[in-house]
Amino acid sequence: MNFETTIGLEVHVELKTNSKIFSPSPVEFGDEPNSNTNVIDWGYPGVLPTTNKGVVHDGIMAGLALHAQIERHPHFDRKNYFYPDNPKAYQITQSETPIAHDGWVEIDVDGKKKKIGIAEMHIEEDAGKNSHASEYSYVDLNRQGTPLIEIVSKPDISSPDEAYAYLEQLRQVIQFTGVSDVKMEQGSMRVDVNISVRPVGQQEYGTKTELKNLNSFTYVKKGLAFEEARHQRVLMSGGKIAQETRRFDESTGQTILMRTKEGSDDYRYFPEPDLPVLNISQDWIDEIQSELPEAPAKRRERYVNELGITDYDAMVITQTKEMSDFFDKMIAAGADAKLAANYLQGDVNAYMNDNQVELQDTKITPEHLATMIKLISDGTISSKMAKKVFKAITNGEEPKKFVEDKGMVQLSDPAKLQPIVDEVVAANPQSVEDFHNGKDRVIGFLVGQIMKQTHGKANPQVINKMLKDSMSK
Amino acid sequence: MNYFDQSLSSIHKQLVNKEISAKNLTQQTLDNIKSVDNDINAFITVDDEGALKKAADVDAKGIDADNLLSGMPIAIKDNMVTKGLTTTAASKILENFKPIYDATAVDKLNKLGTITVGKTNMDEFAMGGSTENSAFKITHNPWDTTKVPGGSSGGSAAAVAAGEVIAALGSDTGGSIRQPASFNGVVGMKPTYGRVSRWGLIAFGSSLDQIGPITRNVSDNATIMNAIAGHDEHDLTSSTKEVPDFTSTLNKGVKGMKIGIPTEFMAQGLDDDIKQTVLDTAETFKKLGATVEEVSLPHTKYGVAAYYIISSSEASSNLQRFDGIRYGRRAKDVKDLEDLYVKSRSEGFGDEVKRRIMLGTFSLSAGFYDAYFKKAAQVRTLMINDFTNVFKDYDLILAPTAPTPAYGIGEDVSDPMTMYMNDVLTLPVNLAGLPGMSIPAGFSKGLPVGVQLIGRPYDELTVYQAGSAFEQETNFAKQTPKMGGNN
Repeated sequence: MNFETTIGLEVHVELKTNSKIFSPSPVEFGDEPNSNTNVIDWGYPGVLPTTNKGVVHDGIMAGLALHAQIERHPHFDRKNYFYPDNPKAYQITQSETPIAHDGWVEIDVDGKKKKIGIAEMHIEEDAGKNSHASEYSYVDLNRQGTPLIEIVSKPDISSPDEAYAYLEQLRQVIQFTGVSDVKMEQGSMRVDVNISVRPVGQQEYGTKTELKNLNSFTYVKKGLAFEEARHQRVLMSGGKIAQETRRFDESTGQTILMRTKEGSDDYRYFPEPDLPVLNISQDWIDEIQSELPEAPAKRRERYVNELGITDYDAMVITQTKEMSDFFDKMIAAGADAKLAANYLQGDVNAYMNDNQVELQDTKITPEHLATMIKLISDGTISSKMAKKVFKAITNGEEPKKFVEDKGMVQLSDPAKLQPIVDEVVAANPQSVEDFHNGKDRVIGFLVGQIMKQTHGKANPQVINKMLKDSMSK
Repeated sequence: MNYFDQSLSSIHKQLVNKEISAKNLTQQTLDNIKSVDNDINAFITVDDEGALKKAADVDAKGIDADNLLSGMPIAIKDNMVTKGLTTTAASKILENFKPIYDATAVDKLNKLGTITVGKTNMDEFAMGGSTENSAFKITHNPWDTTKVPGGSSGGSAAAVAAGEVIAALGSDTGGSIRQPASFNGVVGMKPTYGRVSRWGLIAFGSSLDQIGPITRNVSDNATIMNAIAGHDEHDLTSSTKEVPDFTSTLNKGVKGMKIGIPTEFMAQGLDDDIKQTVLDTAETFKKLGATVEEVSLPHTKYGVAAYYIISSSEASSNLQRFDGIRYGRRAKDVKDLEDLYVKSRSEGFGDEVKRRIMLGTFSLSAGFYDAYFKKAAQVRTLMINDFTNVFKDYDLILAPTAPTPAYGIGEDVSDPMTMYMNDVLTLPVNLAGLPGMSIPAGFSKGLPVGVQLIGRPYDELTVYQAGSAFEQETNFAKQTPKMGGNN
């Protein structure tokens, strides 16, 4: 029997606004419990929410980045449920009129491109956090009211690999808008998935199972792959899939039953009477559209077609907006695109990893790095010298000045190099003989000798050629 | 001091002329409450200490001669939060709850120098029309202490009627200012939805609730409205429309005004005396130069159902925050979280509140939402359209406020449906978000009867204008109950 898989993803993304979605409390993490709260966040008697315009702005921006239709008159709804981290006992969210709907992102799995539809994207408030000790349970409302967007995919995803690619694309698209850090490890991106499997040709979808505790894209993929296989196994043996929520166990790579779902919870949604219907003008949408940074897919196209770098390089550079912006600034400052791409993936990436810093938190500037690359391109410095220069750049030093101050200018003038080449050739007759016997490797030894004499300043490519010419005479 | 023959301006004159200090006035008010309120039970909390301290502060700064509210003792319904002063909404679940901030309406009055002498009794969470649903006490009608004062702002209306204070704030979700005003022979205004900030008003039906003044006369009422109206950045449902001087039209009369009486409001179930009072009021308006004609609000008959579904649905959600976790009553000896919720709420809420929470929860449930909440919202739109149509041709609507005068304590409480039908004449105004004011307009067997004047959205001015013209022409507002030594 052949099966087909349908996967749905609900992705929560935390927006990085200064204040909360419905109260003026700051959005800050890691502070003393309940320090970033006020009467609104506590659900105190008599309080009312007020809508943070910045959240609506960011919601529209994310919606536009996902190629979605923006709802011009969305309202908020209440989702009612009791829990101590939910002080009003309702969450203000959007149910009837999500701010954006019918969008898409394009994924690429093994060279096959596919558009994955986005059913809707809405804005809502996050809950606080409960914690438990032996005698008491504690509630911290610092996170209460943090703005979230929730992005719900259409049932277009048909494999764990596609789910992975979708998340990667979604993360990138949102990251490039700047409305969120979209980091799963920090909780600013959270993923819930559901999966169903049906025999090919069957009209109705199979029974869904949901997966929780997915802390990385890799676990999403692994969890889904496990579930996909499990569904198929059960169906093959004539069994039935139960509608249930399962937990992914990172240590075993398996999913474990958390709870079965009998019917759905009744959240008694109804329109939030404390907040007026939003009135989003076309002008505002246009304005935000014009603010929208160039999307990662567009940038990749430009990098490959106009700058001639490889698909792979383009993909790596567009992992984050900061990296891509940095690359664009290097190109604008006159750096060679290939060298720029190489340095970003090589030395820059290594530096970020070694020091556990983000690019924007280093002292490296695109202008400095571009200048260094230009010095390499025009032969002023060797790539070996560039290692020292790069180190200087990480300390914020201007590369040209650094090179001059240290007298690091490369010797490329054949007229000046000829006597040294002649001298080294003359002093090493054995090497010349070896060369004539086809042992090319001796060139390296001779280059080393010349480097020694020139304190590493000789241009290796130039002397390489000169040595060959000299010995071939 | 009792306030029977007083107005804001007459007291203000005494304060400005230093015939009495704010502190002295406040002390006399507190003394009067002490003697009168034994019979009336209008107050849940009386704040002697805070009131006298504030009065002393006002005296120290000096009475502001240009501000009628400077040094004026008033009362606040107990569902508006008052900083440091116990606010219960007449519920055990908030017994001893001391808020840390002031409601905007209270804050605005405070800044003008009013002195809050206490918090008035009400139906628990404003659910009811007799103040009998208070968890703490039964308030008595000053005109006949065997009768209810109406509700839910029964404490505020009774306190004003009994001369305990010159003015009080009430709140009105389906008639809770106007009906007790009618029962107590005082003036009660329910402003346009959005005219007064709801920040700090403990929510009942968020799309219906409005705060408004209860006073002895129309002019005082307009003065209090001037103080509390206006946009509040804390309440996005409060209007940014300019606030006029509500006292500016009090002497303009009603000549040429077109007034409609809705046929549906005069239908069966209406007490004969009440009907006659409305007709007499119409005659007075005609005499004063207005035109009065019958008009139709055809969807009125669906109002009670729509109102109870919408208000209870909103209430069921609004009252969920009273869960015993962060403030208010928490049950002892609980097994687990669910037990804590169930016990705290079972012990904390009264029967009527529980009934409305159940009704509202049901109306919002999956499978019933479309047939109940959504249908009610559609009915609401039709009712708004009814009013819009009438207001194309008429400046004002005249209607009875309540189907009967004040009834006996304990008479209605056993039958919620009878209770709910009492709101039939007031709740359409809330559903449509319009301004409505009840003014004293007659008597039935010794009990006061009010009529209500309903205006276009944000046209409180015309309501005050007509109310004032009627008041100047008649003597009803000057009548006082025979009680507390007032014979």
